[in-house]
Amino acid sequence: MYGKGLIKGLGVTLKRFVDTYLDDIKWMGKRYYTAEGLAHRSSKDAKGVFTVQYPEEKLPVPEEFRYVPFLVYDEGEKGEILNRCTACGICSKVCPPQCIWIERATDPKTGRPKQEPTQFIIDVDICMNCGLCAEFCPFDSIKMDHDYEIASYGRTIHHLDDLMKPASYYDEIRPINSAKEAAARKAAAEAKAAKAAARAAKTKAKS
Amino acid sequence: MTTLDFSTRFPEGVVADEREGYEGYIIAADKLVEFATTLRDEYGYDYLSSVTGVDYIAEETFEVVYHAYKTIGGAELVFKVQVARDKAEVPSLTDVYPGADFQEREAWDLLGIKFTGHPDLRRILLWEGFNGHPLRKDWQEAYYEADIKPFKSRWPKPEYARAEARNPYGANVKYPEKFDPEKWVPEGEDALYGSLAKYETTDDDGLKTDHLTVNLGPQHPSTHGVFRIAAKLDGETILNLKPVMGYLHRNHEKIGERNTYLQNMPFTDRLDYLSSMSNNFGYALAVEKLIGIEVPERAEYIRVIMAELTRIQNHLFAIGMFLNDIGAFFTPSLYAIEERELVLDIFEMVSGSRMMCNYFRFGGLARDLPAGSLQKIKDLVFDRLPRKTDEMDRFLSENEILRSRCVGQGLLSAEDAIKYSAAGPVLRASGVPYDIRRAAPYSIYDRFDFNVALRYNGDIYDRYIIRLDEIRESIKILQQAVEQIPEGEIQTGKPRYQMKVPAGESYGRVEGPKGELGFYLVSDGKGNPYRYHVRAPSFINLTAFGPMCKGLKIADVVAVLGSIDIVLGETDR
Amino acid sequence: MENQGLNSPGYEIPEEVQGSVAITSIDRIYNWGRRSSVWPMMFGLACCAIEMIATAAGRYDFSRFGMEVMRPSPRQADLMLVSGTVTKKMAPTIVRLYNQMPEPKYVVAMGACASGGGPFKEGYNVVSGVDKLIPVDVYIPGCPPTPQALINGLIKLQEKIDGQSIKSVRWYQKGDLAAIPMPILGPDLIYQEQIPAIKEASKEA
Repeated sequence: MYGKGLIKGLGVTLKRFVDTYLDDIKWMGKRYYTAEGLAHRSSKDAKGVFTVQYPEEKLPVPEEFRYVPFLVYDEGEKGEILNRCTACGICSKVCPPQCIWIERATDPKTGRPKQEPTQFIIDVDICMNCGLCAEFCPFDSIKMDHDYEIASYGRTIHHLDDLMKPASYYDEIRPINSAKEAAARKAAAEAKAAKAAARAAKTKAKS
Repeated sequence: MTTLDFSTRFPEGVVADEREGYEGYIIAADKLVEFATTLRDEYGYDYLSSVTGVDYIAEETFEVVYHAYKTIGGAELVFKVQVARDKAEVPSLTDVYPGADFQEREAWDLLGIKFTGHPDLRRILLWEGFNGHPLRKDWQEAYYEADIKPFKSRWPKPEYARAEARNPYGANVKYPEKFDPEKWVPEGEDALYGSLAKYETTDDDGLKTDHLTVNLGPQHPSTHGVFRIAAKLDGETILNLKPVMGYLHRNHEKIGERNTYLQNMPFTDRLDYLSSMSNNFGYALAVEKLIGIEVPERAEYIRVIMAELTRIQNHLFAIGMFLNDIGAFFTPSLYAIEERELVLDIFEMVSGSRMMCNYFRFGGLARDLPAGSLQKIKDLVFDRLPRKTDEMDRFLSENEILRSRCVGQGLLSAEDAIKYSAAGPVLRASGVPYDIRRAAPYSIYDRFDFNVALRYNGDIYDRYIIRLDEIRESIKILQQAVEQIPEGEIQTGKPRYQMKVPAGESYGRVEGPKGELGFYLVSDGKGNPYRYHVRAPSFINLTAFGPMCKGLKIADVVAVLGSIDIVLGETDR
Repeated sequence: MENQGLNSPGYEIPEEVQGSVAITSIDRIYNWGRRSSVWPMMFGLACCAIEMIATAAGRYDFSRFGMEVMRPSPRQADLMLVSGTVTKKMAPTIVRLYNQMPEPKYVVAMGACASGGGPFKEGYNVVSGVDKLIPVDVYIPGCPPTPQALINGLIKLQEKIDGQSIKSVRWYQKGDLAAIPMPILGPDLIYQEQIPAIKEASKEA
């Protein structure tokens, strides 16, 4: 029969239409603006309308989500800022579009390079959010941010001040990774200490 | 790699390429057409996959590299022609393999190699009048900074400046002598319209009528981006048609030759931006071939899972946009995008980005699957996707309007599909069962039980329905892969950001969602590829676009284009 | 609801008619009307266009902001969402499209490429940001911006519209609005303001 295919197709759309309301009723008003409702709407069982009502509700981003890079700093005991970055330059070398500029500090007395940056510029309008800088940073310093709400009325260039964010923030957005890295750092420090102790013991034994 | 003995058939002019790391044959330029004809007719290499040029500036030569295959399966045959740099002329192979058409034009545009006998040798990605041929090694662009990355101006004494501020209008552009921009007339348009056909006035039915030239695009809702079609019409019937591209030419290959090997990985994401995982796959294969590194078992499985999920979401998007094109405005594409979003959620969870995954590394992957993601994939492939594919099928495939619009239109016969080097669903919808996953299995595809989706009519409808078939086959592969996936490492060796790659060449190819995606790499032993070429299926499939459209109505052109499923990022690169 | 955004403070409205009466200034109602019906042009350049489509589709649905009517013709559009890499070959077309759009018109540079050239900036066929060609109102970083980031940028645009005044916007000033001069495709992309310098140089040669 001519038109059977059309009717079949319209049946699909009708089912979708009805499903939305059935789902609404089933969730009794909790389909929107609740975390469970949002999770349901992005699951395999989602039916009907599944719009995320941004900005009132936001789709949670997964741990690995990457937007623009930022620098992690540790807070010292008195709240002082301990920058993890040592200005080694690996991130600027690995960066595919070369959007990272780093100036390494020099000791004013000796003129020798110091292990900290005086300038750190990321041109966000070149950055391709690939995450390679974070992947290869040996000091867990540069990381990819989760904050995507950074639209502005001008071009975006991040300087050192804009980039620095505390380690607590990093722990919050990437709990699993930060715990893993902290454990690795601790293990490395312990291994180093053990080695140093062994060496000390050896020199002692020799003398 | 195949070794054939050509010494009796060609006592002169054909020698094996014996450079370290290279393979194939070097053909004398005057023997090329004869050799190619023999290859096609006597040896069965009926499918010319890739044509590209390499600028060996130290040896003062250009080399044109051809990759040919048999559509019955098997390894590639590489043959090359070397010509002097200052007299870069190679006979065109368009008569033997019409699929070489656009690729030869590209080599002319970017490298300045002249193909004698080519029927329409114009620039293809850049515009007529552009200064120079950018892929030549001695050519520098306006914002040129250095030959290779990393740039010295980044660390430890940075000179931060925007490239355009340092060099506002690209001061190293060379203008011809006595150049007056106000009187400058770009030559391209005439050549383009001239190549279509001459204006003809006919009076067959007593009425004096003119043939009409119509441009669709570059800003047109049906062109999937910035693509232009110049068509010659008789009334509403297409007499001839030429695609015009390059509006999204992002200099992928030039940048790729400056990048280190790893830096190219995120750039490949942006080729066919709908299927970044597939692009990663192809590039990783090509580089792994060069450095000879093995991939751990678990990583292979994850790669296959990601590649097949990519195929599914790409085909969903393609179907949605195709139906948009033929006038089913938005409902089908909204349904398709809904499923795609769920696949993208998985990509985001695994790789960190919805579209630009940058997930593959040489010898493995960037990271393991995070907790919970495998369950999500299982939910999709065992439950939701099969259900929704059936729904899509029910929704559209029998629709009378769709059928009358598509069945029997835009025909491409099997012979033509092979002739024009069409690939992927376009080739298989014409009845050629050629799928690289079966014809020359890479990764671990030989372990899975699946069929090569095949349709025989070669019309628009078959090109639509074959995508649904392929989704079903991909789901089949996925169901096996998620069940079999072992525990273990995901990376061979330590991940490194810079590495030396042995000198040589390699061609890595995968069956991408749009067809054969190939990466041709030449290494000179340093940290950056010497030559980096992408065999882009969207680009080469367009070779068949003009012939397919001849005789159709102008409205059907849009449907044909939608059924080819191009992505401009890959077409123009 | 929306009325609250529309109401000008300082005027007492009796409680019984608050639901149906709003006292406002012309600026407010004008801006409210414009911000609630920004029609984007259906104009996709590159990767970001796919995210733009995803934003227009069911899951993020920017029709919630009155933006669902995507017009392929510039004559009917208020907003040019520059979604992707601006190439030199495309540059004259983009300027022409912008000139064809009727005022009031806005431009959002979506993604790194449109904002500042992006990862392909060093290429020979890439313009370093669409603001080299046409004025841009909102820049959205990201490569590509996720749909939520795009909506965030569009909300920023609405905020910008809210802050405008009929008295000061460009398109209600005296005199004709000058069209933006089209760049020319010569040996490279040539901006109109470059022409004298190039002429001078070629004379010397």
